Amino acid sequence: MTALRVPARAEEDASPRPLPWRRMAWVTWRQHRVALAGAAVLLGALAVWLWRVGSSAHHAYAAAVGCHPASSAACGILVGNFIGSMSAGQNIAIVLQVVPPLIGAFVGAPVLAREMETGTFRYAWTLGFGRWRWALAKLVLLGVAVTAAAGAFSLLFSWYYQPFFTQTFSGNVQIPLDTTVFDLRGVAFAGWTLAAFAIGALAGMLIRRVVPALAVTLAVYAGLAVAVGAYLRQHYISPLLLKNGSPPGSAWIISQQWYGKNGQPVPGTTLAQALQQGAPQLAGGGKGGIPESPFVNQWLVQHGFTLWTTYQPGSRFWPFQWIEGGWLLALSALLLTAAVWLVRRRAS
Amino acid sequence: MNVIETSGLGKRYGGTWALRDCSLAIPAGHVVALVGPNGAGKTTLLNMTVGLATPSAGGVTVLGGREPGSQVALDGIAFVAQDAPLYKNLPAADLIHLTRNLSRRFDREYAETRLGELGIPLKRKAGRLSGGQQAQLALTLALARRPRLLVLDEPVAMLDPVARHDFMAIVLTAAVDHGVSVLLSSHVLTELERVADYLVLLSRGRVQMAGEVDDLLASHRVLTGPAGEADRYAQRPVVHARRAEAQAHLLVRATAADPVPPGWEAHPVGLEELALAYLREPGAAALPGPARGRHAEPSEVAK
Repeated sequence: MTALRVPARAEEDASPRPLPWRRMAWVTWRQHRVALAGAAVLLGALAVWLWRVGSSAHHAYAAAVGCHPASSAACGILVGNFIGSMSAGQNIAIVLQVVPPLIGAFVGAPVLAREMETGTFRYAWTLGFGRWRWALAKLVLLGVAVTAAAGAFSLLFSWYYQPFFTQTFSGNVQIPLDTTVFDLRGVAFAGWTLAAFAIGALAGMLIRRVVPALAVTLAVYAGLAVAVGAYLRQHYISPLLLKNGSPPGSAWIISQQWYGKNGQPVPGTTLAQALQQGAPQLAGGGKGGIPESPFVNQWLVQHGFTLWTTYQPGSRFWPFQWIEGGWLLALSALLLTAAVWLVRRRAS
Repeated sequence: MNVIETSGLGKRYGGTWALRDCSLAIPAGHVVALVGPNGAGKTTLLNMTVGLATPSAGGVTVLGGREPGSQVALDGIAFVAQDAPLYKNLPAADLIHLTRNLSRRFDREYAETRLGELGIPLKRKAGRLSGGQQAQLALTLALARRPRLLVLDEPVAMLDPVARHDFMAIVLTAAVDHGVSVLLSSHVLTELERVADYLVLLSRGRVQMAGEVDDLLASHRVLTGPAGEADRYAQRPVVHARRAEAQAHLLVRATAADPVPPGWEAHPVGLEELALAYLREPGAAALPGPARGRHAEPSEVAK
């Protein structure tokens, strides 16, 4: 039996300072460079694509605007080209909606879930850096990286979409607050990407397995994005109310409803009946039995019906952006704090 | 200085106690074997020592009264968890760099020299090394941090006999040459018998025996004598009794100076025999300090 009687080493600094934060920079990069590279490749490829379609959209716009005389058949074709590139742009916008959840699932979810799943947290958490500082440093560094990349990407998207918001060709204008494009521009895209990352990080810490955490991240993100687009965003600022008029082309129309003389809402079928009896030449134009066209509206207003429209004007784009970016940032901070807190108190 | 001190330490997972009523005071400078059957609470105790788990009852301090997980404890304790969970996708060189970044002290030269001696290529990913090499890599990284306490959870369970021997040799060198206190767990005592000079025996979540190996051996004897007379010693501190046809073997708490009854022979006891006897008698305990005697209720001689 070996007797080991070694005097205790001279007592070191009684309460040493924690290790400097910068020590985590290389560690975070080394451990997550594949995920970051994946995100960079995804965004890079999409950026190249946006650059190409954006250039052609800008050219089509310039050609259509610069064409004289505007009423000629040749100019009509150029305008048609531009409007065609606009509808292509709307499809692209829908595709880009999946970018934030993909980043959240593939960069955010594995950060903590992989450590928990493979047991390596036992190594990382017992090194000198300290576990909650380790988690905080990683999440902040990665969160800033994906947010910055997303912010740069949305600048490119904004440039691409710029011609579609100009009012030059009446009747064909993109609505800035429309659900398909609102969260791809301004600060919202970066905010959604950060939120997706935070959802992924917290899900990873709660579930502690990569693949389930990834799936949950996608599901939670989709639920949140749909709920915000369908229910929440329209309430950021009280919508404007318009009586018997048509809102500006850039307005985001929240609701439109006809009311009768008694102030009760009138269903479309009743309106159709009234038209059929009073002005059959106007009836039958609209879809679903609800009459359309300015003449119809005029006739209905003259006959005692009232059309109430609630809408959000396009000029509220930036206030809406700051509201959405603000609460997404707050939500992300909350989720990331929760993840760090779980790391701190988790008893394995 | 006590490297580990616990008082009434307990940990409960759901409704079951993984560890209970654990009171220990382990002085610095030992190689401590933490032994017990699977599920005895060894990993639970180690996790609380390194700050990965928090106690449900009682308390634990390390390195002379420090809280586990505090900065001093993190800097002074190196932990190698069971199955050496390293980042499998990182090469050894990057693991060195990572550990160096996240540790207050790191002896890079030591780490690289050791890995060179072991023939572990710095550029090979940890996941592609053999089990023995991974264990060695984990141990090297831990020792390069120049810890005051090295905690190893089942370090040799996955290793073949040669790798096991090499591994233990390095642990011993660290203990002797650098004065590192070592705490290692195993469910097989024989693995640790050669290197440990302090034993903590855990069984069913409780400490059954704790103390310096030499003291434990010196305070126990095996008495061999006629089976018919065995009952006479029921009042004596008998830990465990084993009866053959004619002869009874009684493991008693006695020193070499204690008188031997006429017709009986006294023998010194081996460490494994001692540990096995205690494990077979869950009611028996041999604990140092104030805890002594509190649990020491020798079982009946005859079964």
